[in-house]
Amino acid sequence: MKNRTKLPNIYLAVIMIIMYLPLVFVVVFSFNESKLTAAWTGFSLKWYQTLWHNEGLREALWNSIVLGVLSCGVSAVIGTIGAIGMARVNYKSKGIVEYISTLPIMIPEIILGMVFLAFFSLLNLPFGMTTLVIAHTTFCIPYIFMMVKARLVGIDKSIAEAARDLGATQVRTFFDITLPLIMPAVMSGCLLAFAMSFDDVVISIFVNGPKLNTLPIKIYTQLKTGVTPEINALCTVILITVIFILFITSALGNRGRRTDKGN
Amino acid sequence: MEDSILELKGIEKSFGSSEVLNGIDLKIKKGEFITFLGSSGCGKTTTLRIIAGLEMPDKGQVILEGRDVTGLEPHERDVNTVFQNYALFPHMNVEANVGYALKLRRMPKPEIKEKVKKILELVQLSGYEKRMPQELSGGQKQRVAIARALVNNPKVLLLDEPLGALDLQLRRAMQLELKKLQKKLGITFLYITHDQEEAINMSDRIVVMNKGVLEQIGTPDEVYNHPMSSYVATFVGNANIVRGKIVQIQGEEALVEISTGKIKVIIDPNREQIGQEITIAVRAENILVCEECKEALPAVILEKSFSGGQLRMVIGLEDGKEIIASRYGIDSHVQIGQKVCVGWKPADAIIVDREEQNDEKETF
Amino acid sequence: MTKKKHSKVFLTVAPLYLFTLIFVLGPLLYMIGLSFATNNDSWGVTWKFTLENYKKIFEPVYLQSFAQSFQLAFFSTLLIMLIGYPFGYFMAKLSAKWKKRMMLLIMVPFWTSSLIRMYGWIIILQAKGVFNKLLMALGVIDEPLKILYSYPAVLIGMVYALVPFMMLAVYSSVEKMDWSLVEAARDLGASPMYAFLTVTLKLTLPGLLSGVILTFVPSMGLFFIADILGGNKIVLVGSLIQDQLTRGSNWPFAAALAVLLMVMTSLMMYLYRSITHVKDLEGIF
Repeated sequence: MKNRTKLPNIYLAVIMIIMYLPLVFVVVFSFNESKLTAAWTGFSLKWYQTLWHNEGLREALWNSIVLGVLSCGVSAVIGTIGAIGMARVNYKSKGIVEYISTLPIMIPEIILGMVFLAFFSLLNLPFGMTTLVIAHTTFCIPYIFMMVKARLVGIDKSIAEAARDLGATQVRTFFDITLPLIMPAVMSGCLLAFAMSFDDVVISIFVNGPKLNTLPIKIYTQLKTGVTPEINALCTVILITVIFILFITSALGNRGRRTDKGN
Repeated sequence: MEDSILELKGIEKSFGSSEVLNGIDLKIKKGEFITFLGSSGCGKTTTLRIIAGLEMPDKGQVILEGRDVTGLEPHERDVNTVFQNYALFPHMNVEANVGYALKLRRMPKPEIKEKVKKILELVQLSGYEKRMPQELSGGQKQRVAIARALVNNPKVLLLDEPLGALDLQLRRAMQLELKKLQKKLGITFLYITHDQEEAINMSDRIVVMNKGVLEQIGTPDEVYNHPMSSYVATFVGNANIVRGKIVQIQGEEALVEISTGKIKVIIDPNREQIGQEITIAVRAENILVCEECKEALPAVILEKSFSGGQLRMVIGLEDGKEIIASRYGIDSHVQIGQKVCVGWKPADAIIVDREEQNDEKETF
Repeated sequence: MTKKKHSKVFLTVAPLYLFTLIFVLGPLLYMIGLSFATNNDSWGVTWKFTLENYKKIFEPVYLQSFAQSFQLAFFSTLLIMLIGYPFGYFMAKLSAKWKKRMMLLIMVPFWTSSLIRMYGWIIILQAKGVFNKLLMALGVIDEPLKILYSYPAVLIGMVYALVPFMMLAVYSSVEKMDWSLVEAARDLGASPMYAFLTVTLKLTLPGLLSGVILTFVPSMGLFFIADILGGNKIVLVGSLIQDQLTRGSNWPFAAALAVLLMVMTSLMMYLYRSITHVKDLEGIF
């Protein structure tokens, strides 16, 4: 069955354009001379200059990156090993623990935020990077766990058995066979988890403590008090970085595939 | 037996409450091609996995070249497996797949390359070193799997229905090739299949398994022509099973009364006596169908079908019991619904289930 | 031997078990406990059992906020469905190459701050903003519309923030669907519309419902969208909880609100599972 009309494609295109419209305006106004976003007054790069000198914003960006990397790293280890282990054990508690571990992405963020605020105060944990990492790890784990779990289902068990049969120890089998095979799932889980962590306001705002700002929190406060186009400039930089990374990874992926076929 | 390479002693295994293996005892000779034949769920794959070390037996021992290896991990045993669905490492090319075992043994790279090249030549896959598994056809994958398992020079090569996923023609060709390979290398092959034809074509000895026990061990000829149990007779020889009571004995010939008549059977006078209940197996191709014959049972043709160069007839006896008969070629004389007589030469009836004829359940 | 193996496997799940029990189950239980505790007038909590916090929810101010949250969540979910379902459906019909590109296009905004995307809407919707200028230039209106800091603006923000989840959920279930079933229905005489309603829609229901949950549930808690685009006019349960924690410092009451919200969420999950017989939500994984 071939599509006879172009209507669906037009629909997809229109929605996509609307999706990108706000971003386009953010980017455009990052080059605006005026501080106001109501009218275009002329091209300027001055907001990029002030961004460069804005230490608060740079620090917040750095905090967000550190937070994302740390929580992703911890979740990747716990989530990946957990998913592999869960596939093997047969405990009665397995189902319920799995359910609880995925709760953080099922329940509204606001609840998670308040729950952590209450719980960390109870434990007397100092609010700051530690509490942020713990909170973010809880909602990063499910992304990685579920991805790896789904991938493991698709892998023939006898592949790992074949490695052991050929003389590999269990540990060696894990590093030679299982890990490379689930790596794509771990990676895409991490990417998703990092994106979620990097963008989180609701949970962070509860547990960040008085001194530490993440980028989204900084933006949030600015949005409530008054935005300067530095934010636009920062967003543009992030956007370009993301597109650049995506371009590189897909190019690398394509090249890898071509060399496979070429030989 | 001095030259036994692998020995299984009283292996038992159950998963949960279901018993899968119920006391397996077997000695396998060096250089032998031995086949485990049985329907799915008979425990043949579990036996193989226990030998490979992928499964632990609940009881019993696995002895490889006189050494007890029961508790050893798979990587500590000198046996290798060709898995049913190939189980090639999808992220490694053919060369890396085949050389994996050598790499684990820290063999220097040039040496690995040399060995891999040789073994690929052996399985006729030279020049495929850099291909990825997903770029190979089913038959090629199979060859890689075999090469990978052979490169280590295992004491015993375990093959778990390796040809199951291939189409009929390729399967036949691979059967011959495998057999040749085994003769050339002199490695003991332990082969698993549910295909009786495959087992008969390739094996030195066949082990027929049913419900976790070994029903019969013997050469293809023994298993096919002298089945010991009704299971072996039906599974390997497509035999009909008939039960009856000996009413008269004359030398080696006995007259057996079955539900719808009397018929002659060759017996062993030392073991059988008048009044005894016996189970006899008659292979489908030995069933005689005639319009009027002596010492035969009245019957009616119920179905006929043609497959694999054979005409297959289902014939109903008067009490409703069905007998299968087969012929080569298309026999157009018999019609469905036609009344006929069925019988067999006394020598074609084989007495089976001798020890356990009393508690045997109805097979048909 | 088996014992030893057993403990080895346990080591692999131990981190997940420990982390989940301490940092997910622990806090949740603590919150439930807190919701039954008594709030001190000055500061802190007395561990005396009370249902006061739950009773308080039924005060008109709070009930109204619950109703408002529900209403907003309902309308945003409805709009998201109307926009997202066709999108996911058409996307699944694209060629493999375009599917990949679309996927990338949907994912890129995820990587930028959602706050900044909201800010983009401020730029567009503000009184002297692009949208109004365009409409005025076209002669549709004479005076700028006051969209920003109003209900429609919040609705736009919610739909915009959450619609990708619906797109992906629907996409993944349409993608998995066996098209020959639709062809069979057509072959048996169903009109395209009838075949869609009886076959396609039914088979993609798990995706649609999972999209509904993935959008309905968060929309109750995304207080910052209402905050930024709605001014202070719309008080959602999310804002309420935040308010109680920071300004009102009535933790037990905030906990009660959260418990109620969580119960409703679980109820929706339960309904989803019993309707579709699918355990995991579709689309995000």
